[in-house]
Amino acid sequence: MAFTIIASCVNCWACLPLCPNQAIQAAQPHFGIKAERCTECAGDFAAAQCASICPIEGAIIDGLGKALNPPGSLTGVPPERWALTQAEVAAR
Amino acid sequence: MDLPVNESFPRAAAGCGAGSCGATAGQIDGLTDAIRARIEDHPCYSEDAHHYFARMHVAVAPACNIQCHYCNRKYDCANESRPGVVSELLTPDQAVRKTLAVAARIPQMSVLGIAGPGDPLANPERTFETFRQLAQKAPDIKLCVSTNGLMLPRHVEELCRYHIDHVTITINCVDPDVGARIHPWIFWQNRRVYGRQAAAILVEQQQLGLEMLSARGILVKVNSVLIPGVNDAHLPEVSRIVKAKGAFLHNVMPLIARPEHGTFYGLMGQRSPRPAELQALQDACAGDMKMMRHCRQCRADAVGLLGEDRGAEFTLDRIEAMDVDYEAAMVVRQEVRTEIAARLAAKRARGPSPAVSRANPQVVHFQPRVTKAAATAGRPVLMAVAARGGVVAVHFGHAREFLIYEASAAGARLIGHRRVESYCAGDESCGDADSALTRTIEALVDCEVLLCARIGYEPWGRLEAAGIQPNGEHAMEAVEEAVMAVWQQMLAAGKLTVPRSGARRA
Repeated sequence: MAFTIIASCVNCWACLPLCPNQAIQAAQPHFGIKAERCTECAGDFAAAQCASICPIEGAIIDGLGKALNPPGSLTGVPPERWALTQAEVAAR
Repeated sequence: MDLPVNESFPRAAAGCGAGSCGATAGQIDGLTDAIRARIEDHPCYSEDAHHYFARMHVAVAPACNIQCHYCNRKYDCANESRPGVVSELLTPDQAVRKTLAVAARIPQMSVLGIAGPGDPLANPERTFETFRQLAQKAPDIKLCVSTNGLMLPRHVEELCRYHIDHVTITINCVDPDVGARIHPWIFWQNRRVYGRQAAAILVEQQQLGLEMLSARGILVKVNSVLIPGVNDAHLPEVSRIVKAKGAFLHNVMPLIARPEHGTFYGLMGQRSPRPAELQALQDACAGDMKMMRHCRQCRADAVGLLGEDRGAEFTLDRIEAMDVDYEAAMVVRQEVRTEIAARLAAKRARGPSPAVSRANPQVVHFQPRVTKAAATAGRPVLMAVAARGGVVAVHFGHAREFLIYEASAAGARLIGHRRVESYCAGDESCGDADSALTRTIEALVDCEVLLCARIGYEPWGRLEAAGIQPNGEHAMEAVEEAVMAVWQQMLAAGKLTVPRSGARRA
């Protein structure tokens, strides 16, 4: 039972001070979660604190690899719209 | 939502109508002398000061506790100039070192701000550690902070402790229904809150924070991002309310939204306001509130005078190599400050830029004039100026921004600035020069005159064809005097009793 921070993390520090177990580490190239410390906030908070402030969709995943903040859930940008625009910008 | 307006706050002198103000001191007119004295060396607050005093931001505050639809937390780009963008995140110790290094190298640097790239008050330890050290080591630097306001009420006391003199709050709305279209979520009391509920909490905290700061005598400026179709009709109401609660300056800034920025607005096709829309809205708010016209929407790690960025001279590896004797630097800084103060006093003593020829003797106005325009016939004229340091000093092809002045019998009034791509960058990488020129002309199409230090043959013709008269005759003159000299010339030639000629249809 532990969450993982993946490469899309932008190292914004928002999650680090919130963790009730000090499981989050400021590391390079991106922040990480010490699995042995992470409790997914069970017993401390109703919602996992790191995932509740993280601004990057998909940057924190659960033990099954599922994004806690799936694409579109934070920005409101539909994923297909994002992909389309990225392709357009790249084509310039 | 109930937003009580506390009428016990002193109202500043009634705002003069935007069109009849008649003083180049512009937005600082009508302020009390006490406030004017507090902002006279602050480039972000005083239009006069921004030609002489520099500012810097240190990027110590990466975390944010809200999402704004105009912001994308992923971006870190050296070539972009907009709030929230930085190249290098600093620890408080690094930030203090950088600040002292910059203050020693740029003695006219008077103000240190923390403005992100996240929200300073969502990073209280990092922000206050920076302020604590600077208050001690560099007492001659003014400290300011810019916040979204969510955590402001909780930190007002600590802001007072470090003598933070100025606070900027970004307030885009006072109506949660409007707010829900700008801020999709906030982090509040250990959970993520969405939509209207989130916006209602944000609005409430912002207004409470504003009231608390005003009650403690801290100067508060309110920033609002103008988002066409979202909060444009709502902003005059915002202006009225924040003014009533004690904010002394309102800065309405245009939304910056392009698809490549990766923001919600950029990706979803929300358009930015046109320059004329921004101007009209600033004028509409001006009756209620002092408006700020010279803001450059700078980066969270900007260094230098407004409109320039010397950040590249002060990267981490460079400041590590600098040896700073701050005691000695403070002596130099004091000398520079005294010299600038004398220049500013001399400028004020000359009065607002003269509508009469400078050759004539003048009445000296020690107070900014709020008199009505003389009954001289002559319509107001918009002029774009390629300026640096308050002087017509920039080649048209090299200008990255133009200051927009309205010249009339009442004097020259700065009403904004327009950013452009420099038309002549000297290399191939910046795209098609011809289309850059087209876009520049598009951005200046409401101006009748363009003042610059020099200009090439081709752009001269293109500007003329668009109804904009280029003028290179006032190179290296003070901007306001040059603007008024051109206006006087147009008046004498009888051009100002007839409508603008040759204007291209937009």
